[in-house]
Amino acid sequence: MGAKLDRAASGTANYVDERTSIGGFVKFFARKIFPDHWSFMLGEIALYSFIILLLSGVFLTAFYVPSMTEVHYEGPFATMHGVEMTEAFASTLKTSFEVPGGLLIRQIHHWSALLFIAAILVHMCRVFFTGAFRKPRELNWLVGFTLFVLGLAAGFTGYSLPDDVLSGNGLRIIDGIIKGVPLIGTYTSYWLFGGEYPGVDIIPRLFTAHILLVPGLILALIALHLFLVFLHKHTQYPGGGRSHRNVVGLPLFPVYTAKAGGFFFVVFGIVALVASVFTINPVWNYGPYDPSPVSAGTQPDWYILFVDGLLRMWPGWLFGLPTEWELWGYTLSLNIILPAVIVPALFFGIIALYPWIEAWATGDRGEKHVLDRPRNVPVRTGIGVAFIVFYVLLVIEGSNDIVANLFHLSLNDITIFMQWAIFLLPPLAFWITKRICLGLQRKDRELVLHGHETGTIVRYEHGEYVEVHEPLDAQETWLRVSYENYTPLEIEPERNDHGVARNGYRWDRFKQRLSRFYFEERIEPVTPAELEAARHHHGGASAHGKSDAAEAESADKRLDAEWNELDGDAKK
Amino acid sequence: MSAPDNNHEHDSTTDPANGHENPGLPYHRPRRADQDPKADKKAERQVAALFGISILGTVIALWAYFSMNDADPGEVSEIQQVNMWIGLGLFLAMIGIGLGAIHWAKSLMRDHEMVEERHELRSSDESREGAIQHLKDGATDSGLGGVKRRGVLKGSLITALAIAPLAVLVPQIGNMGADWNVSKFRHTMWGPGVRLARDPDGALIRAADVTIGSVFHVIPDGLNDLDHHYLLQEKAKAVVLLVRLDPQDLNLQEGREDWSFDGIVAYSKICTHVGCPVALYEQQTHHLLCPCHQSTFDVANGAKVVFGPAKRPLPQLPIAVDDEGYIVAQADFDEPIGPSYWDRLKGGDSVPADTSEEGGH
Ligand code: FES
Repeated sequence: MGAKLDRAASGTANYVDERTSIGGFVKFFARKIFPDHWSFMLGEIALYSFIILLLSGVFLTAFYVPSMTEVHYEGPFATMHGVEMTEAFASTLKTSFEVPGGLLIRQIHHWSALLFIAAILVHMCRVFFTGAFRKPRELNWLVGFTLFVLGLAAGFTGYSLPDDVLSGNGLRIIDGIIKGVPLIGTYTSYWLFGGEYPGVDIIPRLFTAHILLVPGLILALIALHLFLVFLHKHTQYPGGGRSHRNVVGLPLFPVYTAKAGGFFFVVFGIVALVASVFTINPVWNYGPYDPSPVSAGTQPDWYILFVDGLLRMWPGWLFGLPTEWELWGYTLSLNIILPAVIVPALFFGIIALYPWIEAWATGDRGEKHVLDRPRNVPVRTGIGVAFIVFYVLLVIEGSNDIVANLFHLSLNDITIFMQWAIFLLPPLAFWITKRICLGLQRKDRELVLHGHETGTIVRYEHGEYVEVHEPLDAQETWLRVSYENYTPLEIEPERNDHGVARNGYRWDRFKQRLSRFYFEERIEPVTPAELEAARHHHGGASAHGKSDAAEAESADKRLDAEWNELDGDAKK
Repeated sequence: MSAPDNNHEHDSTTDPANGHENPGLPYHRPRRADQDPKADKKAERQVAALFGISILGTVIALWAYFSMNDADPGEVSEIQQVNMWIGLGLFLAMIGIGLGAIHWAKSLMRDHEMVEERHELRSSDESREGAIQHLKDGATDSGLGGVKRRGVLKGSLITALAIAPLAVLVPQIGNMGADWNVSKFRHTMWGPGVRLARDPDGALIRAADVTIGSVFHVIPDGLNDLDHHYLLQEKAKAVVLLVRLDPQDLNLQEGREDWSFDGIVAYSKICTHVGCPVALYEQQTHHLLCPCHQSTFDVANGAKVVFGPAKRPLPQLPIAVDDEGYIVAQADFDEPIGPSYWDRLKGGDSVPADTSEEGGH
């Protein structure tokens, strides 16, 4: 039986290989080494939630009707009887109530969409703070960034499809933002909606974007993203035996096939659990789209909140001056395009280009495969935290009505606070983070030079008290001394010996300034010489200290014994 | 002190050792299952049990689907319960496989790390040269490079390629905007004598019905007779909020003294920020709040902005009372309602630009 099976398997393998030469592939892939770390799973979560989105999405398309044709509801849900609605909304109700398991799949789809974008963001943070975007991975950072933007697009187009009151209002806000764009705004709105808002075209158009254009692009870019991961081989955290020239870890088959494969089921399982217990987007409570009603406390999906926060924060009147201008009879709505278009574009632009910005500052052109510990790049870590604070403030402002309700605060006060905080807190966060990083680096130096505190205090004969320090082992030391120690760039002078100005000086000077900003203040790693000197100094003391400690301990015991004896005597 | 050489425009990959020596891989500690056959057997049983949970989960999901199939589809809570049970089954089915596989990998598969060398990604100088040579050869073969330059051919090809997309894009994009008549933004269903009706039932409103402090959500009479498609389109522009204040509280705006009736005023319900319906009226302060980004308008004072991101007051609908006591519009809005756009002050055929100037802050 076993032999038969073997023969069948090898026969199949032979058949396929003779037609595809897949053998070489398998040999190349099967035992590829991947480093192990929990933070490498964040990207996997994003990938898996996308697969869940595809699976559940296919199910939903079987019942959803992307049409704005009017119908009167005649389904089983009594509250909606006879209500005029679009087929899109009616079919969403049908999926929820009349298809067994349909509501579950809707909720799985929605929850995994939220998870998808959250996972991408957290994964991006991991990549950012560990410097995994450095050469040769800059392009893959850009691919990942584009995936994030596409994720937002997928989320937004999908959110609008049920055509309920909430999503309709969301669309109307988008329409208002588009109209605010100078020159082309009104025409772009007409182009998108096929005439005046809301028209009858927008749902079918969004549907095509949501199920074909956007996911097609996402799929292609995911393939590229993973291809590049394989090509570059995964980065690894610093540690003994690891370098920029190797990769230390476990083989794809069987270890990661089992771990990563298993992890897909875990993610799916958890999404299923959340979706079966927590209702999300109960459109039957909102009702079909109607341009008139809206209620307070209605929120867009979380990933849109930051734009909403910007829109809420930007005042129409600033110190008595309008932020919407009328110039030569044309209207320029700075209160719309700045918060909804320009600031997000700048924010995203800096994120997209960050790998190059940092490369200008370091001037380093080597390949980097060992990750940074965030503390060892204080300025980058500070920038990252400042960006996170900026983003989180916007998200909070985007839900300021909920915050106000929760904490019984005045809505206007929150907004006014945020208007200041958005300028003050991110720089403060940058400064604090940088200080903390430098402090941690200093502590690392201390540790390497003087060892761990053991908590044992000894007293020398001459009366001095010293704590015994245990020197770090080779692994612990290596972790703390092996980091890139960049110094600010030095550049060639503006004029050569003949006093002729050279080309490119300004660019160089810019890079130098940038470099100073990054590396002026830094903690140098312990050098072997320093380490040697410290060990020498401590070496004696610590060996000495150890015997001292033993002595002190026995003395302690003796004292204890004596005390007990005395105590016993007293009791008698 | 060894100079840190990983600095200043260097091209190769060096490790940031700072002069120290890499201590090599740490000592690998074997797991219990590696040494103790009993622990190994136990781990195996645990993995099998987890897979068993998955099988159970699938059974639960199927059972929930079939046995609860006859739930009342009009009862939200019943529907939610069916879905919950299917979902819980699915949860077990998935998590069992997942945890089982991971436990297997962690406790029974290899955990002794292996090392693989990396190679610089840059291709070798030879292959780079080869690549360039191939491209050059190709260019020569085509006649685009090399001796014959074929400038005309190149130019015509580039031009053709550059404009060919227009043949697709112009008809495509050209049709997507329907009639492109953006001046429709300026007009609503309101006009002289159009009666104000309640939203959504369309009941007409008498001035006498509007008590001080009350708020009416208003649509133009006749809106509900429209076809669904036009109904939404027109409603999106025409919705109005009608409020009656104590006439003493009402601060009449210059040039609009006769736009209200005995303390009754009507304003567009579409926010001048980005177009949400402004729906929350606070009686005490006479403030109207837009729930989307909290622009606040002072109804007693020409609906001017007192807080938030909007800049312009809500457009006012001039109203009067007809002989039967119903509230009617005197005319359409005198400016485009809703969010601002580039040429909102321009060109409107019936809207002279200067009438849409609004008061200050
Ligand atoms: S739409 Fe009303 S405040 Fe933004």
